[in-house]
Amino acid sequence: MPNRSGKRVKLMKSRSIKVDYLARVEGEGGIHIKVQDKTVTDVRFDIFEPPRFFEAFLRGRHFTEAPDITARICGICPIAYQMSSIHAMESACGVSITGQLRALRRLIYCGEWIESHALHIYMLHAPDFLGYQDVLQMAKDHGDAVKKALKLKKIGNELVTLLGGREIHPINLRVGGFYHLPTKQELNALVERLKWARDAAVETVQLVATFNFPDFERDYEFVSLSHEKEYPFNEGRLVSSKGLNIPISEYENNFLEEHVSYSNALHSVRKGGGAYHVGPLARFNLNYDKLTPMAKEAATAVGLSLPLTNPFKSIVVRGVETVFACEEALRVIGEYELPEKPFVEVQPKAATGYGITEAPRGILYHRYRLNEKGLIMDAKIIPPTSQNQKTMELDLREFVPSRLGLTQDKLTWQCEQAIRNYDPCISCATHFIQLDIQ
Amino acid sequence: MKKEHKPKLAIWKFSSCDGCQLSLLDCEDELLAVAEHIEIANFPEASRQVVKGPYDLSLVEGSITTPHDAERIHQVRRLSKVLVSIGACATAGGIQALRNFKDVREFTSIVYATPSYIETLNKSTPISDHVFVDFELRGCPINKVQLVEVLSAFLNHRKPATPTYSVCLECKRRGTVCGLITHGPPCLGPVTQAGCNALCPSYQRGCFGCFGPKETPNTSSLAEYWRTLGMKNLDLLHLFRSYNAYAESFRKESEAHEK
Repeated sequence: MPNRSGKRVKLMKSRSIKVDYLARVEGEGGIHIKVQDKTVTDVRFDIFEPPRFFEAFLRGRHFTEAPDITARICGICPIAYQMSSIHAMESACGVSITGQLRALRRLIYCGEWIESHALHIYMLHAPDFLGYQDVLQMAKDHGDAVKKALKLKKIGNELVTLLGGREIHPINLRVGGFYHLPTKQELNALVERLKWARDAAVETVQLVATFNFPDFERDYEFVSLSHEKEYPFNEGRLVSSKGLNIPISEYENNFLEEHVSYSNALHSVRKGGGAYHVGPLARFNLNYDKLTPMAKEAATAVGLSLPLTNPFKSIVVRGVETVFACEEALRVIGEYELPEKPFVEVQPKAATGYGITEAPRGILYHRYRLNEKGLIMDAKIIPPTSQNQKTMELDLREFVPSRLGLTQDKLTWQCEQAIRNYDPCISCATHFIQLDIQ
Repeated sequence: MKKEHKPKLAIWKFSSCDGCQLSLLDCEDELLAVAEHIEIANFPEASRQVVKGPYDLSLVEGSITTPHDAERIHQVRRLSKVLVSIGACATAGGIQALRNFKDVREFTSIVYATPSYIETLNKSTPISDHVFVDFELRGCPINKVQLVEVLSAFLNHRKPATPTYSVCLECKRRGTVCGLITHGPPCLGPVTQAGCNALCPSYQRGCFGCFGPKETPNTSSLAEYWRTLGMKNLDLLHLFRSYNAYAESFRKESEAHEK
């Protein structure tokens, strides 16, 4: 059971901050921090969510099954899993999807960003800034904001449901395209709702920008996709704020995973470098010029400027990205014409394929090796949360020392809040333990 | 002020993807209304506040895969007046039950760099293998309309109205043309429990069994017929061995095609 006693202990020399079961995140994790004479001696962000061995199950399955199987890794961002696996399979088989089918993939991703960001901003993170245990308590004082949040989230889910069949583990995405296409009329029916959502997202940015942000900045290496014309969802090169610029197939040559005893997830680091930062803040810093005009305006109006290195402000960036996702969705719908066929036939090849897409919480890497029959021989999946895990711990290491004067309860809560900056999805992170055959 | 007693709800997570408990937060139109009638007393995904048990209703997501969880579920049972398991992981062991068909011990020692860091059981098992379960809500993921029905049923001391017939009936009711006839197999609709409102067939795709076996499914007859139409053993095996692989009738059927 969580240990959240608020006792103040005077003049202590050693102190520990412990959250056994971190709330308002997806999955099971905890925080353990040890302080000795005002120095942080140990920080552990534990992941004790049990391993589920996905990379093992995938072996021997048909390549067309991967999108549905990997969706089950995470109920919060199934689109990300489906998109990364689908792009990896298509890259192995030498197929590239263009035109309206490609645009529809951006559209469903917009839906996932809208619902996931709305969920995180209002239901998981805002209560920290405003001092509530949860969104239901917050609703008592901020009823209108919470109702607006629920509607915004619902519109994101409606988009996912229309294109994907349902909001959790959608059934309509496949290697090569979709099973069934929406009509122009069905999409048009969402236009007014999306316009409302866009305005609500702008108001969200204005609201969350008024929160009190701890004075805390770090020199991160931000890593995200980068596309020459678009704010990234599914395609692009992998770039960083410290000069990395590689095709996604080079990912494993540039990043390493470390296995630590206390975690059921691996820590990722840059080879020859250190921890890095993925997610909204990284995308914003690396792709600001590709944001839509309204999203840029929403950002500048509240004083966001580059580089943005306060992780607590990720909540504002999630708002900006929600504005972008609504605008992008409206653009795709406006230009939509029903394609002739819902999918392109994809013939399997004995080859290796790579996919990286931008899950709401950062880049999600998939790599599959297929045989000539299209059976998966080997799979590797690296979710955003395990890539951020080391950065989260380093944040706490720097965050805690100057705040040792706070009561145990307050400091504990602030540490939790610092972890929630990353919208960690622990269910995801834990499934990727070391499936490298030796 | 009059203090009204609200029933206390707890949500527990075992090995899972979090999607089923997210369904509660996805009830955007109902969430605030639900919270008016129920005290959400223990729901770590949504709140850092934990109200002590016992709880009037516990929703349990996920399967049992570690020695620690095999103990913890008994503690949850003791704290719960009514315990409802939600989703394919909790009712059938979930996709992670695919491990049940392999020797995990051997597998772990070959595959893992540091297997001693990982604590895991050989099998992923449903909640009902460990404790008495008052009701099982199927689905991968569950249907949120059915979730609200379950909450409402237990609040009013009645049995939830969730059908145990097949997906085929939902297709007929929707007026979806039968894909098994127009496109051919596979479609698990005839042997899968309803609950999704026959979603996949309405998207021109065969059912792949998210809600697990229906009451009295005749899987062998269906598989045998598909074999005469040219389906291969491996495809039949994979078809029955997915999200509800360890549900008895699907498990037996997949094993029948294992050579």
